[in-house]
Amino acid sequence: MSDARIIRVAGAIAEASPMGDVALYELVEVGERKLLGEVIRLDGQVATIQVFEETTGLGLDEPVHPTAGSLTTELGPGLLGSILDGVGRPLHAMADRSGDFIAPGMSIPPLDPKVRWAFTPTVSSGAEIAECDVLGTVEESPGLVHQILVPPSTQGRVAQIDAGTYTIEQAIGALEDGTPLRLSHKWAIRRRRPMARRLAGDRPFITGQRVFDFLFPVAEGGSVAVPGGFGTGKTVIEQSLAKFARADVMVYIGCGERGNEMADVLHDFGRLTDPQTGRPIMDRTVLIVNTSNMPVAARDASVYLGMTIAEYYRDMGYHVAVLADSLSRWAEALREIAARLQEMPGEEGYPTYLANRMSRLYERAGRVETLGSPSRTGAVTFISAVSPPGGDFAEPVTQASLRVVGALWALDTGLAHQRQFPAVDWDTSYSLYVEATSDWFSREGSSEWSTLRLRTMQLLQRDRELREIAGLVGVDALADDDRLILEGARIAREFLIGQNAFHEHDAFSPVTKTHALAKLLWDFMTRAGSILRDDAGFEKLDLAAVRLAFGAVKTAAPTDMDATVSRAADAIANMGAT
Amino acid sequence: MTPRAPTVRTYSGAASAAGPLLFVRSTLRAQLGEWVQIEIEGQAERRGQVIDVGTDITVIQVFEDTLGLRPAKARITLTGETATTTVGKDLLGRALSGTGAPLDQLPIAIGEARRPIWGEPINPVRRRNPSDFIETGVSAIDGMNTLVRGQKLPVFSAPGLPGIELAADIVENARPARGEPFAVVFAAIGITERETQTFVSRFRESEVMQRTVLYLNQASDPTIERLLTPRVALTTAEHLAFVHGFHVLVVTADITHYAEALREIAAAREEIPGRRGYPGYMYTDLASLFERAGVLENGEGSVTQLPVVTLPDGDITHPIPDLTGYITEGQIVLNRELHQRGIYPPVDVLPSLSRLMNAGIGKTRTVPEHREWANQLYAVYARGREAKLMAAIVGTEGLASEDQHALEFTDLFEQRLIHQGRRRRSLEDTIEIGWSLLQTLPRDELTRMSETTWQAHAARDQDEEKPK
Repeated sequence: MSDARIIRVAGAIAEASPMGDVALYELVEVGERKLLGEVIRLDGQVATIQVFEETTGLGLDEPVHPTAGSLTTELGPGLLGSILDGVGRPLHAMADRSGDFIAPGMSIPPLDPKVRWAFTPTVSSGAEIAECDVLGTVEESPGLVHQILVPPSTQGRVAQIDAGTYTIEQAIGALEDGTPLRLSHKWAIRRRRPMARRLAGDRPFITGQRVFDFLFPVAEGGSVAVPGGFGTGKTVIEQSLAKFARADVMVYIGCGERGNEMADVLHDFGRLTDPQTGRPIMDRTVLIVNTSNMPVAARDASVYLGMTIAEYYRDMGYHVAVLADSLSRWAEALREIAARLQEMPGEEGYPTYLANRMSRLYERAGRVETLGSPSRTGAVTFISAVSPPGGDFAEPVTQASLRVVGALWALDTGLAHQRQFPAVDWDTSYSLYVEATSDWFSREGSSEWSTLRLRTMQLLQRDRELREIAGLVGVDALADDDRLILEGARIAREFLIGQNAFHEHDAFSPVTKTHALAKLLWDFMTRAGSILRDDAGFEKLDLAAVRLAFGAVKTAAPTDMDATVSRAADAIANMGAT
Repeated sequence: MTPRAPTVRTYSGAASAAGPLLFVRSTLRAQLGEWVQIEIEGQAERRGQVIDVGTDITVIQVFEDTLGLRPAKARITLTGETATTTVGKDLLGRALSGTGAPLDQLPIAIGEARRPIWGEPINPVRRRNPSDFIETGVSAIDGMNTLVRGQKLPVFSAPGLPGIELAADIVENARPARGEPFAVVFAAIGITERETQTFVSRFRESEVMQRTVLYLNQASDPTIERLLTPRVALTTAEHLAFVHGFHVLVVTADITHYAEALREIAAAREEIPGRRGYPGYMYTDLASLFERAGVLENGEGSVTQLPVVTLPDGDITHPIPDLTGYITEGQIVLNRELHQRGIYPPVDVLPSLSRLMNAGIGKTRTVPEHREWANQLYAVYARGREAKLMAAIVGTEGLASEDQHALEFTDLFEQRLIHQGRRRRSLEDTIEIGWSLLQTLPRDELTRMSETTWQAHAARDQDEEKPK
């Protein structure tokens, strides 16, 4: 029993002494209310502790107890569908205890210890097992098989293992050395889970957002930064991806953001079904919620918690997408804690290790061959919103992100004011995954995919130049060819890369629809170009009808796709006929 | 184990003092946030709060002016409690100081309870999605950027613009959609004596005072009190909303004064400054205010916030509006050019945005066509404003006819819809004015308006004309 007492409290930081034998990042219970804290500095007998809960009312001389463990989470069946706070406590269970408002000092494990799971072993007694081997399976949600893994750094010969229904606390068997085997195991969230080797990403993470899939794709296992000033639609993008994008498991981290937004997520996610499987999307989702008024140290932990859960499902051979909104709030939590520790500040007051911590975090994404047998490949795709102050990307969090990510989806305030959504600035955004994913798109989308993409990018660039000129001399002074580029680009902006996240059939765009719209755009350009070459004059183009037809394709239900596409093709073919 | 009962400890003499801070040696079990009384013979009692506890030195932030404070002579009492405020329905109709002392010559309110002012975060799973709107009586808000119950929607003003006047109009004119129990808590932070008088006399004369609580922290009040005023106001609001089922609108003016107080205190504590000297935790701190807006899953009432932010030098990228914008659900932006042309309120609807608008409008709430109506007005107005810039270069004649129409529309829109003077305007009137403006344009230029909606409105117009 330690007799450590609090000797100082300031903000989210407490100091205790004499701390005895504790380790860095060991979890401690702080004060009489047993607030959750973590040792972040040791100096002789004095431990500096960051406290994950509200410290108001914490007093001198209150006791501090070490727990002999670090900030861990329980990994096992039952994670899917759960809603956790930044340190992994289920928010529903917290509400059952403390009502509508969150009271400090609650300790609740993430997994419900009472739920029983039907376990089917895939190894038998006598088998030699090593870390991350699959012991057997549990059907966690309909259709999703949860592989029960041997915890990292465990090995031996199985003495006994039995099918049956178990809670996560019961032993499903044991090793010959007596080590019990369970459905779940613990993992320290700040450590990345081991893997056999990294693999290159070769297939795209289908986002269902045309501007991303078509212009700036991300590979499974890739990482993307989505910076944008306020009102540019970061959150809508993150939420659309969480709802509709193609992944086996989604981990959504609401990090230091709005409570009402989270209420919206909770409400929406509870009602929506996954178009692919027809099941509630919560069945494949883990929500981690740490709103901006919840304790700041837990904001730091929330991102690691999400990443750990993602790696765990990756190790089962799944493709997991981690959507973090927003990484800037996480970085600010680091800054706040560093300032309380009186560390020497770096740029903009952020700690000097910001870039280092961020790249380590981004590098937890990736496509991997997992440890253990049978051999599996899994991937974690990481997409994080960044909130640059004043919308200015020349700030440390955006810049540190750009050094490591494979794609940048830059959101622009000007486009948002024009109500061009997603407000992705096609001039500054980029993707390093274009080449890696082009084979897949040629195969599954169309052989022209890469050509169409390149031509559209060029069209949009030319459009920007021409609009500057038109702003000076007026549209009428432009040559017909150039006016056609303006019109084509307008169609591209409105119907191809513009997308309505709140429209039933436009919120998610399958690859086929994305391709159809791109193809129609270039059919239009070709047809209109040939009419204009015949000196028909710009007025002969029946743009209104064409635009209407594009609009119909954009918002078409899957069953109406073919009909609307052929009507649009007709409208294009009929241009100049009268 | 339950926390021990609070005990009162008194010490004589502080080790040192600097600005608003008092440093006391060897306190017994001081608690973070603990409420402190400081007495010096011959001087009024001062109050303070523990902001840093340590075995050697404990730091107390003094709320009142520290002019003439002799640290060695002070009797310092740690009360064992954190800051609390009196809450209750009997506060309605009262004008109080920034920390809740009567300013209206009436006795101190007895209240129903004392509540800690710091407030615990609402558990996100117990929040209800905001829906249903609050009618502010301002067309630019009700029509174009609807305020929704449980929302936090700031007004971005600038020096010389009537942000605080608009706030006061809304305090006076706001009402819930269907006559539900409604209250306004107005927290004035760092306002001048002149403004205080204006508010007190204006509201006292009007009947709305009965559903209003005024907390007035004046510019001459101690800086640190500005950090408490909004929290006291929000604690009262939460009580009215979640205990008594009121829909409470909390108007805070001016958050810029609040943020400057925050910076002043941070500097006094010798903290490492962040952007423009504001502390690195300003985002978290502002969030701890704004996030107290919301609706509960199992409750009747709601807390809605309308903070006024004065943009220093009109700069929207300044840390105060910037961080505010990242937390709040949209913004109402005032514009100097409109103000100078005599448009009141001078709301620029283009950069303004209510993120929750869709949840509060439509069939059962406002009018079925609200979204299309607003989109269409917005689209033409945006086009007209662009045309205005272009007209400055190529002249009005050089514009396409659609642009010319939009340009003419822009003036009408500003004069008739945005401009309303100090009068309250009902939502129905706002919608009707909008329609009459749209009808000045050729139908085929109204591309955001579906045929069904257009026909439905035409039919309604005819019905109304028949009886005549």
